[in-house]
Amino acid sequence: MRRICVALFAAAFAGAAAAADPIKIGFSMALTGGLAGAGKGALVAMEIWRDDVNKKGGLLGRQVEFVYYDDATQPAKVPPLYTKLINVDKVDLVVSSYGTNEIVPAMPIVMRNKMVFPSLFGLAANEEFKYDRYFQIMPAGPYPKTDWSSGFFELAQQQKPKPRTVAIVAADAEFALNAAAGARENAKKMGFKIVYDKTYPPATTDFTPIVRAIQATNPDIVYVGSYPPDSVGMVKAANEVGLKAKLFGGGMVGLQFAAIQKNLGPLLNNVINYDFWVPEPTLDFPGVKEFLAKYQEAAKGKGVDPLGHYLQPFAYAYLQILGQAVEATKSLDQAKLADYMRKNTHDTVVGKVKFGRNGEWATSRVLMVQFRDVQPDNLEQFSGPGKRVVLYPKAWKSGDIVFPYKQ
Amino acid sequence: MFSADLLANAVVSGLLLGGFYAAVAIGLAIVFGQLDIVNIAHPAFVIAGSYTAYIFNTTFGFDPILVGVAAMPLFFAVGVAIYRLYYAAFERTGQESLSGLAFFFGLMFIIEVTLILVYGVDYRLVSAGYATRTLSVGFVDLPGRMLVPFLVAMTLTAAVWLYLSRTFMGRAIQAVAQDRGALQLMGADPVRIKQWAFGLGIATAAIAGALLIIIGPVEPSVGRQYIGRVFAIVVLGGMGSIQGMLIAALLLGVTENLVSTFYGPSWSPAVAFGVLLLTLAVRPAGLFGR
Repeated sequence: MRRICVALFAAAFAGAAAAADPIKIGFSMALTGGLAGAGKGALVAMEIWRDDVNKKGGLLGRQVEFVYYDDATQPAKVPPLYTKLINVDKVDLVVSSYGTNEIVPAMPIVMRNKMVFPSLFGLAANEEFKYDRYFQIMPAGPYPKTDWSSGFFELAQQQKPKPRTVAIVAADAEFALNAAAGARENAKKMGFKIVYDKTYPPATTDFTPIVRAIQATNPDIVYVGSYPPDSVGMVKAANEVGLKAKLFGGGMVGLQFAAIQKNLGPLLNNVINYDFWVPEPTLDFPGVKEFLAKYQEAAKGKGVDPLGHYLQPFAYAYLQILGQAVEATKSLDQAKLADYMRKNTHDTVVGKVKFGRNGEWATSRVLMVQFRDVQPDNLEQFSGPGKRVVLYPKAWKSGDIVFPYKQ
Repeated sequence: MFSADLLANAVVSGLLLGGFYAAVAIGLAIVFGQLDIVNIAHPAFVIAGSYTAYIFNTTFGFDPILVGVAAMPLFFAVGVAIYRLYYAAFERTGQESLSGLAFFFGLMFIIEVTLILVYGVDYRLVSAGYATRTLSVGFVDLPGRMLVPFLVAMTLTAAVWLYLSRTFMGRAIQAVAQDRGALQLMGADPVRIKQWAFGLGIATAAIAGALLIIIGPVEPSVGRQYIGRVFAIVVLGGMGSIQGMLIAALLLGVTENLVSTFYGPSWSPAVAFGVLLLTLAVRPAGLFGR
């Protein structure tokens, strides 16, 4: 009798626990290593989403809990972490780490378990896998490689007199090479003559010889695919050498980060570069300002980007979409979630999101923004409009181009 | 594509770059070249130097190079302490070759992770008036961002060279490198001399770090990019020769920038290291081998 009582009690207790069990979302994140700056910023944004949701009672009446590990920006660490998340931690949902190199290695594991995979900033990461439960929050568009730079070349084409020659320079690394390949395709398609087309190794210290070699070929426009330290090196070298291109920039990672913007200051003026969200009136989506206010408060003292314009709203949004799918389908069934995410338009802090081919955004929203009237040593200036004017695409345009970059 | 001004600019910018390499490598020329201690954590100390310059530059507006010079005694003391630990744990028991390497490898990670935990992983930059100006001599441009680090590196190299060749302690360091046993017979304590030399090597990292952050943005793990280059420079220069190290650094810088200008930047490290291999094939002891 006593034994039965215990068993009954245990069963009742287990039942109660199951009802209150949190929904576990698992992921690895670059918290140390090369991409940690962005990875830690993303985590801060994701935690804001979790707290927002839990404050409203969670998902399906259950609280949301994160299970995450540091992948140290090392692709080789990613597959075992996702295996552990799925098989040992038994998470209910997974989302990706930050960046192409960390997303791709997780794909085979996630695919084998047929899980929905909302992804954070991978360029063309699903091109080869063609996984139908992959959803990319970065608005690179259905043809990410070429969509990435089409704005830059279309802007060039609209200028009078029309620039004719282009120099393409990129870092010897996955993302930059993809960006350069897309730029090459766009240049050919729109009738530009490529006069310089070279790559440089990631450990380059001095960029002046590269800029000088570019200058020697006298290109009208210069497309750069680079990572943060190189972007700084390229912008400084372009100013030191006095690069005379009419358009300069394109695919430079790092110019979106507050610390780098502050340091480069006026050197950035008239540079045209990609971005995904800037505080211009055309991009004032519902909820984004509230989110940024929370983020900027939470970011203090954490050594992450103090403004959080680039990646952070998207790190919030990819969880928003997943949360909306769970609430709408009232389930954690991966097939139902994927189906919902594929078919609907989602309202997020980064605007309306509709997924299309390969789980990319149905239409590209790679912005081309131009730095304007930037003052030295001032971080605050970038928190408001006017410093990064949106030139492209037309739907989000907030100002006109200043052309040329340098005479 | 080929022109005199491109050539002149490539050579001059290569010399400036090489000068900076010398500042990073000089500490290793003492520690690895003279003392045979495989301190692969040296670039991590350079990054610690960069962060020191960054902190004082952003909070108090001090000049990064002055901060670097002022931080030398602190770095020296840290170097001495690390050598004591290394000596007690490994060198005394003759385990320095493999365990010592692991020790410095671990030390590199400890420095990196400490910096990440305290300051985060964002790229850090400093501001200095001279870094934004460019001096033009004829058609040759001398960007302050590269020129000032070059001049400081030359001064540092000259100072270390004078110290090692003219002072008693300097000559004692060279003696330890040549024949430890003989030094002991003279009644000198090699451990004390080595700890002094190790401290000196680490102290130079304070300045090298300040130069690095003037040239470009720095994050905690960026030092790893320099491990291969600085060891190559020390080996090419001829293990422990300061003049050799300087010439090797300049050679590497000029080769890199010539290839970068006229052929393509992605080939520059390959060609530069090819030159290194060729030189070692002809002169196995390096340019100024001991």
